[in-house]
Amino acid sequence: MTVTTGVPTLVPGRKGAYLPFVVGAALVVVMAVLPLLNISIPGILPGATYTPGSLALLSLCMVFAALALSYNLLLGTSGMLSFGHALYFGVGAYGLGLALKFFGVPLWPGALIALVGGLAIAAFTGAISMRVSGIPFAMVTLAFAQAGSVLVRRNQDVTGGEEGLRLPVDQVPSWLVGVSNTRNLYWVTLCVLVVVYLVVLWVDRSRLGHLAQAVRENELRVQVLGLRPYTAKLLVFILAALCASLAGIAYMLLQSGTQPSTVGADLTITVLVMVVLGGVGFRWGAIVGGVLYTILDQRLTVLARAEWIRDLPDVLRIPLSEPLFLLGVLFILVVMFLPGGIAGTIDAAVRRRRGERTRSQLRQIDDADETVAEPAGVRA
Amino acid sequence: MSSIVLILLTGVGLGALYFLVASGLSLIYGLMHVLNFAHGAFLTLSAFIGWQVAQALGTASWGSFVVSILVGAAVGALFATLTELVLIRPLYERHIEQVLVTVGLSFAAVALFEGIWGTDAVNIAGPAWLKETTEILGARIPNTYWVLMLAAALVLVALVLFLKKTRYGMIIRAGVENRAMVTALGIDVRRSFTLVFAIGGAAAGIGGVLAMHYTTFVSAHLGATLLIFAFIVTVIGGLGSLTGAAIASVLVAVLQQFANVYLSGTGDFIVVVLLAVVLLVRPTGLMGRKA
Amino acid sequence: MSAPILTVTHLSASIAGQQVVEDVSFEVPATGITAMLGRNGVGKTSTMRAVLGLISRKGKVLLAGERIDGLPTHRIVQRGVGYGPEDREVFATLTVAENLALAERDSKPRREFVAELFPDLMARRSQLAGTLSGGQQQMVSVARALLNDNRILLVDEPTKGLAPKIVGDVARALQEAAKIVPILLVEQNLDVVRALADGAIVIAGGCVVHTGKARDILDDDALTTRLLGVSAEVHS
Repeated sequence: MTVTTGVPTLVPGRKGAYLPFVVGAALVVVMAVLPLLNISIPGILPGATYTPGSLALLSLCMVFAALALSYNLLLGTSGMLSFGHALYFGVGAYGLGLALKFFGVPLWPGALIALVGGLAIAAFTGAISMRVSGIPFAMVTLAFAQAGSVLVRRNQDVTGGEEGLRLPVDQVPSWLVGVSNTRNLYWVTLCVLVVVYLVVLWVDRSRLGHLAQAVRENELRVQVLGLRPYTAKLLVFILAALCASLAGIAYMLLQSGTQPSTVGADLTITVLVMVVLGGVGFRWGAIVGGVLYTILDQRLTVLARAEWIRDLPDVLRIPLSEPLFLLGVLFILVVMFLPGGIAGTIDAAVRRRRGERTRSQLRQIDDADETVAEPAGVRA
Repeated sequence: MSSIVLILLTGVGLGALYFLVASGLSLIYGLMHVLNFAHGAFLTLSAFIGWQVAQALGTASWGSFVVSILVGAAVGALFATLTELVLIRPLYERHIEQVLVTVGLSFAAVALFEGIWGTDAVNIAGPAWLKETTEILGARIPNTYWVLMLAAALVLVALVLFLKKTRYGMIIRAGVENRAMVTALGIDVRRSFTLVFAIGGAAAGIGGVLAMHYTTFVSAHLGATLLIFAFIVTVIGGLGSLTGAAIASVLVAVLQQFANVYLSGTGDFIVVVLLAVVLLVRPTGLMGRKA
Repeated sequence: MSAPILTVTHLSASIAGQQVVEDVSFEVPATGITAMLGRNGVGKTSTMRAVLGLISRKGKVLLAGERIDGLPTHRIVQRGVGYGPEDREVFATLTVAENLALAERDSKPRREFVAELFPDLMARRSQLAGTLSGGQQQMVSVARALLNDNRILLVDEPTKGLAPKIVGDVARALQEAAKIVPILLVEQNLDVVRALADGAIVIAGGCVVHTGKARDILDDDALTTRLLGVSAEVHS
């Protein structure tokens, strides 16, 4: 019995082939229209959907959803576990700031410079990292992110060091600056998310994507077929990094500044948590993961200040006041009991109803790891 | 001349610290193929509790210093054992999930530590001798380095004796080479997993308490930067090789000190460059076995 | 005629999602050497590993009447299954003595028996197993399995890659071993099979296609060529 290929979509059958597109398009329209509506979701949104506070939160959600999508391209589609993906996000954010600050250019050229910078760094680090795979690959990417983090923190004059880099607002068009224009920033981030999604979708569906998926399942077989896994993986790596840089640029615009934490391993781990929670290998899972994490992080921080939490005994109060602790525990529970994440679990349930085989993306990476790691003596 | 001596001796001392953390990582990876991200959390918790104990007993005395180290080792071993039993063992053979679970644990643990002990670093004090320096060939070496070297040497000797002279040590050595064959001899490797985690945790605990004295502060993030260096050392030395970890620890630390003194503070950066170079030239590390 | 020591029913196995054993059923008698024959790649080694639980498997496996198919490998081995894998898999960084010590399970391992059977190994007790010759490593592998009171030995291609004289030594060792424990032997060297084996099981395409006396199969040239793809006349 054959295994379901690469990135499972919710409705793979012929009849419902157009359903995902219709649903997707409808969602984009709804999201675009939200700032004009007066919908309140208490407990989740700080205010009604047209208020700057809510729009800022939603924009942040979309930035991280885009970042999560780009990471899913690495982990889900290509099976590459990178601990340094945030580096390219930071390069986008810092790149924009530095381009505007030191080259004095307006926004759009600045963004372009940041993207080119991201491309160059991704090509360089990717080429080196890809000399190894599996755990050593993860370690190299981690080291690169760490190096980037150190570089950023050390060079006070250039990057603002620990304080972070402020966005020089003079060169940014006025319709993107200021609290009253949060709506416009919201639409910009929505565009970024849509662009990233389309890029990821294109890669998944293209020959490049299928090649990457084949490599994830069995690299040796791909090599034997005369194809070049290294090039495919590198291309996917660079594309994923570019998407991350784009998300970083949006982040910089949204927050009007960036900090060294956007470069290091911590943020990559955060994105890893998002993608695993949402479901590795599912595009919509990555989006759900990114949004869910951001909202949970923001709301749990607010919750921590609530009266009834303060009155609890220390043993309960301390864990409950740390949103990252709760998220970490949630992550552990998901990995142990629901490795498919949200999207994976739902997809598996849908497939089981239809009698198809289900398979967790994490298992595929695991199995590939096992066949590679078999002791040399066994396979004659 | 004196600056060379300074660089070499402080490099070896720093390398000793890296080895204390990396030794456990290397053994755990060699036997279980799991990269234990939670190692930093073991370290940090041991440091905090060691600090509490030292404060209770009086920080200036050598007795409380030694006790805090022993407590650190015990805490590290206990935390590691619990982690293995509760989180790692149920995910037997699912290596990626095991790595993810350790990532989640470190994530949650750091947040919890911040909640309990706050986000600011806490300055710590120890026996007065540690703040002094000893002069060797014209170089003034802070005394914390001697303690680090002694501790690492003791741990290395203890580990080597354990591996060479005990049955469990033999099982672990065989398991690092070929885990499947060990089970095919009727041995339950899972007990060795727990043991290796406990040993790694104890070493990390010792490293944590000493790291705290070395940096003169303790914070929720103490383990994090140290862990990254430990990872780099483990990869450079060869995943699964204890001697590789020892050699790489000293190599990396000396190079780091060198770069810090002569190349204007780029020590951290140079270490990453070294990692990249080693991986390009010899992907299995200096003494790694898997080709 | 006593009950078979090993009964395998509808065993199937896969590695990383790939089916390597389709549907295998056979019995191994409680005495003597039973050979498992077949061309390269038909799944003989995988069948053995599936019986041991080293790869994921489905189906029924009975050891002396007790089910072992659901157990983890170390438990199966503890029930009395000795294993000599293809390519020996001795621990190269351990000495010969350590390799043997590691294998000891019972409270009274058969140290004298093994010492008498493998005097050469005894002389090399402190030598690192990785520095031994292929033949010596094979002796370690067989010695490991003989130290314990096993009910069956699973031996996979013990003469692979060995010089003809060493092949003879290994065959003699197995013959001695067979006096105290039944052996299931995967072997490509048909001379060895002819010399040692009583019964034979032939595997093709992941299934058992023929069982019978080893000599009968090997004496029938046409049958041998059909099932094994080689003439019984050719010496390996």
